[in-house]
Amino acid sequence: MLPETIIAVSDSVNLVEAAQQQEGGGAGWIMHHILDSKVMDFEPFFTIHLPEIHLFGLDISITKHTVFMWLVFIILVVIFNIVAKSYKKSFLPKGLSNMMEVLVVFVKDEIAKPTIGKGYEKFLPFLLTVFFFILVCNFVGLLPYGATATSNISVTATLAIISFIVIQAGGIIKNGPIGYFKGLMPSGLPLPLVPVIFVIEILGLFTKPFALAVRLFANMTAGHIVIIALLGLIFILQTYFVAPVSVAFALSIYLLEILVALIQAYIFTMLSSLFIGMAVHQEH
Amino acid sequence: MLYSGGEQSGSLLDVNPGLIFWTVVTFVLLLFVLKRMAWKPILDSLNERENFIKDSVERAETAKKEAEEILEQNKANLANAEEEAQKIIAQGREYAENLKSQILEDSKTEAKKMIEDATVEIERKNLEAFNNLKSEIAGIAVEAAEKIIRSNLDQEKQQKIVNDFIDDLSKN
Repeated sequence: MLPETIIAVSDSVNLVEAAQQQEGGGAGWIMHHILDSKVMDFEPFFTIHLPEIHLFGLDISITKHTVFMWLVFIILVVIFNIVAKSYKKSFLPKGLSNMMEVLVVFVKDEIAKPTIGKGYEKFLPFLLTVFFFILVCNFVGLLPYGATATSNISVTATLAIISFIVIQAGGIIKNGPIGYFKGLMPSGLPLPLVPVIFVIEILGLFTKPFALAVRLFANMTAGHIVIIALLGLIFILQTYFVAPVSVAFALSIYLLEILVALIQAYIFTMLSSLFIGMAVHQEH
Repeated sequence: MLYSGGEQSGSLLDVNPGLIFWTVVTFVLLLFVLKRMAWKPILDSLNERENFIKDSVERAETAKKEAEEILEQNKANLANAEEEAQKIIAQGREYAENLKSQILEDSKTEAKKMIEDATVEIERKNLEAFNNLKSEIAGIAVEAAEKIIRSNLDQEKQQKIVNDFIDDLSKN
C-alpha cells in the first residue's frame, strides 16, 4: 500500500505546483530572480540568450552570473587603471583615487597587517583582489537588472577553495610540508590522542573555507530573497494598498543590503587573512 | 519544490561546474591583471609616500632639534656678550676712576709745586728787595754822611741837618 500512498501524495503536490505555476505563484518566481540562468532578462524590453559552450564533455555555458563577473572584472580593471595612473602624476590622491586608497589602505593596515603580521605583503594582492571582487559583485547585484554572482554557491565555493589553496600554500611554503602538519597539532599532546586530534585538525582546515563559502552565499541570497518577497506581496495580495508598506520595507532591507555587501566583503577578506596568519605563524 | 517553469531548473545549492570554471578563470585572471596593473604601483607609491612622510617628519625633528640647539647657543652667546659688556664697562669705570684720582693727585702735586715755587720766588724777590733796600740805604747813608760832612760847620747846623735827614728818611 505504501508506494500507492507515495504516488498519491506526489500527484497532489504536483497538482498544487501546476496550479501555482498557472497562477504565477509559488516559490518559482522568487528563485527565478536568485538563481543563475542562461538567459539575461531585461524584462519589459528584451532578453539575451547567452551562448552555450561544451568543452570536453563539460557544460561551460556562459550564464548570467558569469556575465556579471566579467562586468565586475571590467569595472575593477577600469577603476584601478585610472587609480594606478593617478599615482604616477602625484603622491596626493584626489576623488576616485582617494576613495579607492581608503579601501586599499583599510585592507592593508586593518586586515592584512594585524592578522598576518610579518610577511603580509606577499598575500596583499590576493586579499585586495578578493575584497574588491566580492565588494563589487555584491554592489552590482543591488543594481536594477543586476545579478549577484556572490549569491551563487558555486561562485562562493570557488572563491573559498582559492582562499583555501592560498592559506595552505602560504603555510606550507613558510613552514615546510612536515613542519606545517606538525604545527597543526598543539604541542605537549599525549601520544594516544595524536591521531584523533590530527583528524579533527584536518577537518578543521576544510570547515574554514566551507564556512566562508556558505556565509557569503547565504548572506547575499537572503537579502535578495527578502526584498523580492516584500515586493512580491503586492502581486500576491493583488492590492495597491500594500504597496507603500512593501516598498518602505524593501527600501530599508535594500539599505541594509548595502551595509551587508560591505560587511561580507570585509568578513571574507578578514577571515581569509586570519586563516593565512594562523597557517603562516603557527606558534600562536 | 523549488522547481520553476522556464529554462532554468534546480535549487539554490546546485553546483554548476561551468560556473566554477568561469569563476576560477575570471578570478585568477583578475588577480594577475590587477596585481600587475594596480596593486604593485599603488602599494609601491603608498609605501613610497609613507617613507617620504616618515623621512620628512624625521628631518623636521632633527631640524627642530638643531634650531633649538642654535637657540640655546645664541642665548649662551648673548649671556656671554652681556657679561663681557658688563666687564668692559666696569673696567672702563675703574680706569676712569683711576684716571680721575691720578689727575687729581697730579694737579694737587702740581699746585703744591707751584705754591712752593711761588714761595721760593717770593722769598727770592724779598731777599732781592731787601738787598736792594740795604744797598740803597747804604747809598743814602753815604749820601747823608756826605751831606753831613759838607755842612759840618756848626752844632746848630749839624743838628738841623741830622733832623732834616731823619725827617727825610721817615718821609721815604
